[in-house]
Amino acid sequence: MARIDLDLAHAYNKNPQQDSDYALLPLKMTFEDGGAYALLGPSGCGKTTMLNIMSGLVTPSQGTVKYDGRDVTTLLPQERNIAQVFQFPVIYDTMTVAENLAFPLRNRKVPEDKIKKRVGEIAEMLEMSGQLNHRASGLAADAKQKISLGRGLVRPDVAAVLFDEPLTVIDPHLKWQLRRKLKQIHHELKLTLIYVTHDQVEALTFADQVVVMTRGRAVQVGSAADLFEQPSHTFVGHFIGSPGMNFLAGKVDAAGLHLSGVSFDLPAGRKLPKGEIKLGIRPEYVAVAEPGAPGALPMTANKILDVGTHLMLSASNANYALKARLPSDMSSLSPGDAVWLKVMGEHTCFYKNEEIVR
Amino acid sequence: MSVTTKPVNQKAWFLILTVLICVAFSAIMPLMTVVNYSVQDIISPTQQVFVGTEWFSAIMRDEELHGALLRQLTFSMAVLAVELPLGIMLALAMPSQGWKSSAVLVIVSLSLLIPWNVVGTIWQIFGRADIGLLGAGLKWLGVDYSYTGNAVDAWVTVLVMDVWHWTPLVGLLGYAGLRSIPDAYYQAASIDGASKAAVFWYVQLPKMRGVLMIAVLLRFMDSFMIYTEPFVLTGGGPGNATTFLSQFLTQKAVGQFDLGPAAAFSLIYFLIILLLCFILYNWMQRVGTQEKEGGHE
Repeated sequence: MARIDLDLAHAYNKNPQQDSDYALLPLKMTFEDGGAYALLGPSGCGKTTMLNIMSGLVTPSQGTVKYDGRDVTTLLPQERNIAQVFQFPVIYDTMTVAENLAFPLRNRKVPEDKIKKRVGEIAEMLEMSGQLNHRASGLAADAKQKISLGRGLVRPDVAAVLFDEPLTVIDPHLKWQLRRKLKQIHHELKLTLIYVTHDQVEALTFADQVVVMTRGRAVQVGSAADLFEQPSHTFVGHFIGSPGMNFLAGKVDAAGLHLSGVSFDLPAGRKLPKGEIKLGIRPEYVAVAEPGAPGALPMTANKILDVGTHLMLSASNANYALKARLPSDMSSLSPGDAVWLKVMGEHTCFYKNEEIVR
Repeated sequence: MSVTTKPVNQKAWFLILTVLICVAFSAIMPLMTVVNYSVQDIISPTQQVFVGTEWFSAIMRDEELHGALLRQLTFSMAVLAVELPLGIMLALAMPSQGWKSSAVLVIVSLSLLIPWNVVGTIWQIFGRADIGLLGAGLKWLGVDYSYTGNAVDAWVTVLVMDVWHWTPLVGLLGYAGLRSIPDAYYQAASIDGASKAAVFWYVQLPKMRGVLMIAVLLRFMDSFMIYTEPFVLTGGGPGNATTFLSQFLTQKAVGQFDLGPAAAFSLIYFLIILLLCFILYNWMQRVGTQEKEGGHE
């Protein structure tokens, strides 16, 4: 177990000229010992690259990787004492389930009695005790992936266990179960777990700290609540939440904030830089207001979707489109109705050049 | 009735007629000709006597045939024992990408493109003590080598020739098998701390099983029917040292014109190949896949 420090950049081609040549732009990051982290971002954002750099499958083109302050940048994965679980199950066809689980320990010459004990424990956790003597090749995909997970967890002394979208091949209901299992294992074994995914629900439910990535950059590191309440970058606002944050472009001058045609007083105690600015508000915090109420915009309701627990309203005017999540008792609203929506409030965030203004 | 009945039209049988005719001409009729010969004594083109299974029992007791069969089995097993490990090593040594990989692929396949009788001729000259590189080289080293005079030399030369000719096939098949292994397997093995040997035993070899099975069958069948190369190189000699089954058969059928015994023998020959392939295939299907007993002790 160890703290992992990254201070690096990586490009797959030899002579990176511009930002887009980099799979990972220069970044500094620390993964604390015993934490549960998730790397969240769309495909191609560099999260798998970051994982492979941590495990040693990829050597960063510049910078260092440190485990507990020890530089391991040039070490092979075999020499690093780290575990990684891949997107698709990797099992050793000729071995039984038990032999598969024991393989990482056998390769490191752990005494047989310890191996047996540990394999027993892991199998117990993964509920595979009954299948230990089965050949691994005959099992279903989810059981194979459980073996892969088990091989990742079987070594008690690893610096971290890295998961690269490990639940992609698993059925939804089992997925939920396994994720809970992983969380439970995290509590029991106190291992550092780093989990790569493009599914925000997976990331937010699994991890204490979520690293949101886009285009080779880690744009925000924070808890689920941080990411929801205070997205530090418009990308995070878009990406987290379903639907994502609403953004309204406007301008700030001495008189206050101007969204096209409507002027607002700045919230008390808030200082905003002059010039172009984007107002961001989560659909969850948009509320219907009295006509002409302060902090509200006149809009026209376009579409109202009853999702059972709440209504999802899409509204727009000449300049903006908004999504709002409204309580179910608002069902008197119908498409074409004029509606005032409150966008200024304590949950409203402001962005300049896509970065949050604090 | 809610059950829909399928329309029945017996004329549909005519649709398989073309296949039937093709197979009849290509397989059934030639085979039946052989069966026909095998139960008759053909004394002259106009004079034939039905002899029943006489040729079969005679040929089964033929000492010469037993010798040829034993030589053949030894040869085929030797071919497999050498070419399989060598081919796997070749596959492992081949570069996996870039222009080097293409270049090596072409070079390795060269010997496969050479016609059988040319291979025989090449080695015939190659092995000559006066002008052949191999023969003259061995002579220079003081080795008394002669594939025409010494039975062991002849046998070994035929084996080496076959290894030279056909190992690339095993290599190419193995290479195809290796290339089909996803990177994740190597990455996982690396994370799991596996040594190179462990990667070979637990990842590469199991994943190559399918193609290697095809390699074994192909090489077994081909080597079991080997004819042209030893015929050109040694003519089956010295003595009977390199007379393998097909040459033995040709001597009988064409050389001595003993059509009856030759036909009976070729049917037996056919059955031997069929049987051995069946056994080999089934054995290889099961090897490495049966449930292990005794658990993870």
